Amino acid sequence: MTGKGGTGKTTVAAALALALAHGGRRTLLVEVEGRQGIAQLFETEPLPYEERKIAVSHGNGEVYALAIDAERALLDYLQTFYKLGSAGRALKRLGAIDFATTIAPGLRDVLLTGKACEAVRRRDKRQRPVYDAVVMDAPPTGRIARFLGVNEEVAGLAKVGPVHNQAQAVMRVLKSPETAVHLVTLLEEMPVQETIDGIAELRAAGLPAASVVVNMVRPELPGEEQLLTAPGRTDEIAHAFARAGLGGARRGGRAERLVTPLLEQGREHAQRVRLERVLRAELSAQGLPVRELGLLSEGVELAGLYGLARELRGQWQNSGADAAGTDGKHP
Amino acid sequence: MATPLDADALDIDPLLDDPATRIVVCCGSGGVGKTTTAAALGVRAAERGRRTVVLTIDPARRLAQSMGLSELDNTPREVPGIDKAAGGELHAMMLDMKRTFDEIVETHADTDRAKAILENPFYQSLSTGFAGTQEYMAMEKLGQLRAGDEWDLIVVDTPPSRSALDFLDAPGRLGSFLDGKFIKLMMAPARVGGRAGMKVVNLGMAGLSLFTGALNKLLGAGLLRDVQTFIAAMDTMFGGFRTRADATYRLLQAPGTAFLVVAAPERDALREAAYFVERLAADRMPLAGLVLNRVHGSEAAGLSAERALAAAENLEDGGIVDREGGKVLDRDAPSAGPAAPEDGSPAVENPGHPRSVTTLGRAEKTETTTETAERTIAERTAAERTIPDVRSATDRTSTDGSTRDDGHGDAQGGEGGRDGEESRDSLHESRDGREDSAEVSVLAAGLLRLHADRMRLLARERRTRDRFMALHPDVPLAEVAALPGDVHDLDGLRAIGERLADQSRSAGPR
Ligand SMILES: Nc1ncnc2c1ncn2[C@@H]1O[C@H](COP(=O)(O)OP(=O)(O)O)[C@@H](O)[C@H]1O
Ligand SMILES: Nc1ncnc2c1ncn2[C@@H]1O[C@H](COP(=O)(O)OP(=O)(O)O)[C@@H](O)[C@H]1O
Ligand SMILES: [Mg+2]
Ligand SMILES: [Mg+2]
Repeated sequence: MTGKGGTGKTTVAAALALALAHGGRRTLLVEVEGRQGIAQLFETEPLPYEERKIAVSHGNGEVYALAIDAERALLDYLQTFYKLGSAGRALKRLGAIDFATTIAPGLRDVLLTGKACEAVRRRDKRQRPVYDAVVMDAPPTGRIARFLGVNEEVAGLAKVGPVHNQAQAVMRVLKSPETAVHLVTLLEEMPVQETIDGIAELRAAGLPAASVVVNMVRPELPGEEQLLTAPGRTDEIAHAFARAGLGGARRGGRAERLVTPLLEQGREHAQRVRLERVLRAELSAQGLPVRELGLLSEGVELAGLYGLARELRGQWQNSGADAAGTDGKHP
Repeated sequence: MATPLDADALDIDPLLDDPATRIVVCCGSGGVGKTTTAAALGVRAAERGRRTVVLTIDPARRLAQSMGLSELDNTPREVPGIDKAAGGELHAMMLDMKRTFDEIVETHADTDRAKAILENPFYQSLSTGFAGTQEYMAMEKLGQLRAGDEWDLIVVDTPPSRSALDFLDAPGRLGSFLDGKFIKLMMAPARVGGRAGMKVVNLGMAGLSLFTGALNKLLGAGLLRDVQTFIAAMDTMFGGFRTRADATYRLLQAPGTAFLVVAAPERDALREAAYFVERLAADRMPLAGLVLNRVHGSEAAGLSAERALAAAENLEDGGIVDREGGKVLDRDAPSAGPAAPEDGSPAVENPGHPRSVTTLGRAEKTETTTETAERTIAERTAAERTIPDVRSATDRTSTDGSTRDDGHGDAQGGEGGRDGEESRDSLHESRDGREDSAEVSVLAAGLLRLHADRMRLLARERRTRDRFMALHPDVPLAEVAALPGDVHDLDGLRAIGERLADQSRSAGPR
């Protein structure tokens, strides 16, 4: 799940992890930017570098979460491939690990995607996948193609050996139909522009851009167009307000005094909706399924998150498309 | 109404007009409106007579175009369309971080050395991809603009990082990283000695070379060598990044600098703003105030969300379905006489005048109304089901609506008695006129629902703001209303500036 910062990437990733866990499945929600956004969303303690269950979905599914720490991942990595032993900790003290993960932004990305792919491929004793789906709250749209494509570069740099093999294995997962990149956006100029650019970059890199999720969509108002086109129908609306019990429709009465400000709000809304329509059309022209999640005017609390998950599940079911992977049973 | 907790209003114009104000920094988390605010302040300061330059970073495309910025460009260009009557000017630029970095190298190294650095692959990835380079270069550029002393006022936008603190932290981080122990160690593996050397000895040279070997494999063999060459060249060139970052940092502490923390009235943005405010205080940096951007207001704040919803339901439900028969009435059905309140359940939609309302509702029902209204209700239900208390709140309103209906707790309270008569009058008019189309009911109900949404949003924004103000009562505050469209021309920027300056009419009733 990618998206411009602030569009709801973390929220939608979490909602998708919940949706995909529906019906007794198990999903893993992965965070890679060290923000502890998942913990905040689920109102729990900061996540350690360790998979742990954070939520139960409707229908008995389980959502696990993991905040990947690049430095720890590098130590693990070096341990696996080079058997550094206790020298690893000394290197950390010296600032060498920090150095290594900062020096090449690419290295961080290799470690993060590597860890997530490991979770994707992990099997239990009976050779079944441990997780039915892994949802990553990935870096923002502006960096996503580079982030996911980094292993290609690494595989090119390290021509042989374990690093090469690992990088290739990661790329195989990422480019396979098992992976789907979803882009979260708002119906605002900048996020829409970034989404369109991001889709182009993903495609150029051979990565599977799968769908656009438009978040925080305002509901349309019936009779919306009239607000912009027709001259004011102040009297009629005043009467309607009066009928609804909001006071008298007499000239200067309470119902009538409500008309002007409410019409103004309606006009603003209509103007916004009109702008959104243009942006929505630009998104539709990208040739990807576009799904929409409504704006929760009370903000997203846990209840809201479950609501969004339900919404996502419904939309994926209706369209018959896959949220992740080839498994048609997924929402 | 006064700002709660007696927070001071932030006075923008005196700040912009004061010749002692030389730098205004707009910071905050991503997407809150930093760039917009910076540009709006620039326009306002220029039109009030100051020779102003705005350093924007990553502006929305159309905003950049409206300021005459078509590409990244490190030279300020004059912004066309500014009213210069007061003697000011506005120039703007869009930070080119790579170009700024290149310029540092070119100014400080002779031609051959500069060429070697610019071509160094590590330099190339550092100058384009390193997290923090943008912040570092923004500071660097600010330092340059200030040193030139060419401007009355420099307004600085900050990079679109997630955390507001990145602007303050990243340059130092980059500096200390490049000046770090490990880098030094790698640059001079032969001269091992001193404390760092001891650690390496303890660690065992085998461990270190294993590590660098591993890194070479991971990063490509040449990269570490490139880093070493690069650092060596930079180090002798201008005495370390750290020193440089520290110098700009001190500039930010100097009098004449004013920080404006921009935030949206949302939990996350205000949490970031709070961190930033605390950090500024800790570092003795001058905070001018908080700009709360994209605040919603309403000119009809006296009508509560609950009442608006109840009224909307009245319009939508009112007589749509013949409750006895459970069927939709035929649109040609003659207007029924005054209906008796339904079976056992009094028509509470409009306590006080239940019968009239029912009558009217029946008179105007059509298939269209039914369909539209039902669809609306279904949509709304979908939107609202995640908000557990909506339905019950509405129900509550219906049952105790008689008290609310008098206008108690409303801005217009006190005329409840007269309203009763007015309503009856208007009802008679309507019955005669019949011009009240179903369409109008739908529209009116829509407006009421929209208003209810607005009022809920407003309440949430207010709660969030108040929480912040309770923790930081001394921070001056300016609110800027959310404009219905994006801000992408000079008029839009002027409108924002206007709202910033005039806090009495900022975002409507608070
Ligand atoms: N559908 C929605 N309706 C209302 N608020 C939302 C919605 N989705 C996200 N938000 C809110 O928007 C803010 C940003 O969301 P977040 O998921 O943290 O974004 P990101 O990870 O992209 O930065 C949060 O305060 C979140 O609660
Ligand atoms: N007061 C406002 N009303 C309406 N839209 C606004 C307002 N302030 C900013 N915007 C819009 O919000 C978006 C993000 O603003 P921007 O200034 O680029 O944010 P930042 O620089 O903090 O990332 C832009 O599309 C801008 O037009
Ligand atoms: Mg996030
Ligand atoms: Mg910006």
